[in-house]
Amino acid sequence: MRRILVPLGIILLWALVALLAPVLPLSPNAIDLPQILASGSPDEWLGYDDLGRPIFDRLLVGARTSFLVAFAVVSVSLIIGSLLGTVGAYVGGWLDLILVRVIDVFLAFPGILLAIALAGVMGPGIDNVVIALSVVSWVGYARLARAQVLSMKERDHVHAAVAIGTSPLYIIARHLLPLISAPLIVEASFGMANVVIGEAGLSFLGLGVQPPAASWGSMIRDGTRYMLVAPHMVIAPGLALMGVVLAMNVLGDRLRDWLDVKSQPRKTAKSPLP
Amino acid sequence: MFVRFFITRVLTAFAVVLGVVCLVFMLLHLVPGDPVEVMLGESAHPADKEALQRALGLDQPLHVQFGQYLAGLCQFDLGTSLYSKRPIRELLLERLPATVELGVAALLFALLLAVPLGILAAVKKETAWDFGAMGIALFGVSIPNFWMGPMLILVGALWLGWFPVSGRDGVSSLVLPALTLGTALASILSRMIRSTLLEVLNEDFMRTARGKGLPDRTVIVRHGLRNALLPVITLVGLQLGALLSGAVITETVFSWPGIGSLVVEAIHRRDYPVVQATVLCISTSYVVLNLFTDLAYAWVDPRVRFGARP
Repeated sequence: MRRILVPLGIILLWALVALLAPVLPLSPNAIDLPQILASGSPDEWLGYDDLGRPIFDRLLVGARTSFLVAFAVVSVSLIIGSLLGTVGAYVGGWLDLILVRVIDVFLAFPGILLAIALAGVMGPGIDNVVIALSVVSWVGYARLARAQVLSMKERDHVHAAVAIGTSPLYIIARHLLPLISAPLIVEASFGMANVVIGEAGLSFLGLGVQPPAASWGSMIRDGTRYMLVAPHMVIAPGLALMGVVLAMNVLGDRLRDWLDVKSQPRKTAKSPLP
Repeated sequence: MFVRFFITRVLTAFAVVLGVVCLVFMLLHLVPGDPVEVMLGESAHPADKEALQRALGLDQPLHVQFGQYLAGLCQFDLGTSLYSKRPIRELLLERLPATVELGVAALLFALLLAVPLGILAAVKKETAWDFGAMGIALFGVSIPNFWMGPMLILVGALWLGWFPVSGRDGVSSLVLPALTLGTALASILSRMIRSTLLEVLNEDFMRTARGKGLPDRTVIVRHGLRNALLPVITLVGLQLGALLSGAVITETVFSWPGIGSLVVEAIHRRDYPVVQATVLCISTSYVVLNLFTDLAYAWVDPRVRFGARP
């Protein structure tokens, strides 16, 4: 249990920063011309960027972008994915067959390629980033929930519930979802790491939030142009990003051990039919 | 039995590709507003707009458009680039060798790093070696390509001056992009090798091999690794796809003239037919790679063909 608290604490701390960013005395867009590309100093210890904006302030505001997108995408895709997967597996028949085929098609797009294409076509902006990443992310939860329900629905307590005439909705909500929640939580923890990287990646490509809004990805992108004179512009947001992603991955690993979820082969494009 | 498996698997892959084509076709219709206006700009001449609309088939009903799109694909006609006015097929063929080169280099690097790291971690389970190797692997999956690339450029190209900053010019220009692209794969592979090897190490035949007095090295390599590598081969096949999508960002960072950077360039130029064709090309090769991996696996391991999951 204590092993979980450390990464969880780091994530919650960042989440708190993200939540409080609008009320903190930050000036992420304040331009201080004499300070352009200045490196760290005692009173602004992360230095300034190419427009003379304080990097520390932008880093904290960027956390808000990361966590907003991560929270939105993971909750949308977790809810939609696990509902579809559960219903498909429980009802079976042609409904399930269609679901499996649709999952297969979405898994045929490697990684965030589909998100890049979607965000590229729909145009930049944080709402399009959320849509693009959700379209890519729901599949993992659907596949996992489906596989779990398939193995759970033959259990005695489900048969018993069916036999006494319990409604399917009640069975799914009370007898199946609680049993499959542990692997879904583990998956969501890794999923968060993927979404944070995905958002930053899209912003790095110029498909995410638009200037002057701050995102760790766009900060890295801006910094690559001044790497020789101002490496701090790239190093600071990168370290923040890596720290958060690392904490989310460690949390996923430790949750998996703690909840005793057997590790599944991740992201296989094989048909999940038994 | 293998023939049956072969046919089902090929048919499924074909259905998936058809689904991918549908999705990619729909991409153009997701452009907010009038795609022609977005591509040409608002001030474009009405005659030009009409010409492009006709060229893209956008004046036809949706099902006719889809039919034309499919018919074109069957003749390997991917359309024409709006930016360079050249056939997209030519563009793709021109860019393909660079991406394949980068992918193979990244894969080789990943294997060279992952196999020793995975074996070390499994054999010296729960020692400092194991924690060290798995710690490296954890860092590897957590470093995004678009940060690792610039950092490697900073150290390897700008500070040390050992490698060129970007572009594709000889072997030295391949090193940094391959390291960037291969690191995540190396991390995933080493974790996988560790866990499969740990499972195999507890098998009866391992005890037998030890019991008959074989040296440790022989036991691990000949009896352990051979059995542990089968699932790893599948994973390599699946991860080649992740490599392809990772190439989009890595190629952009290093201005590597491959298919991945083509997608990003096309997005920024609003050259949507090129975006469609490139996404289709990458996903289809992913499906085909998966198909080959599955077939190879079934051929090697008969349990798969008979429906049992290894």
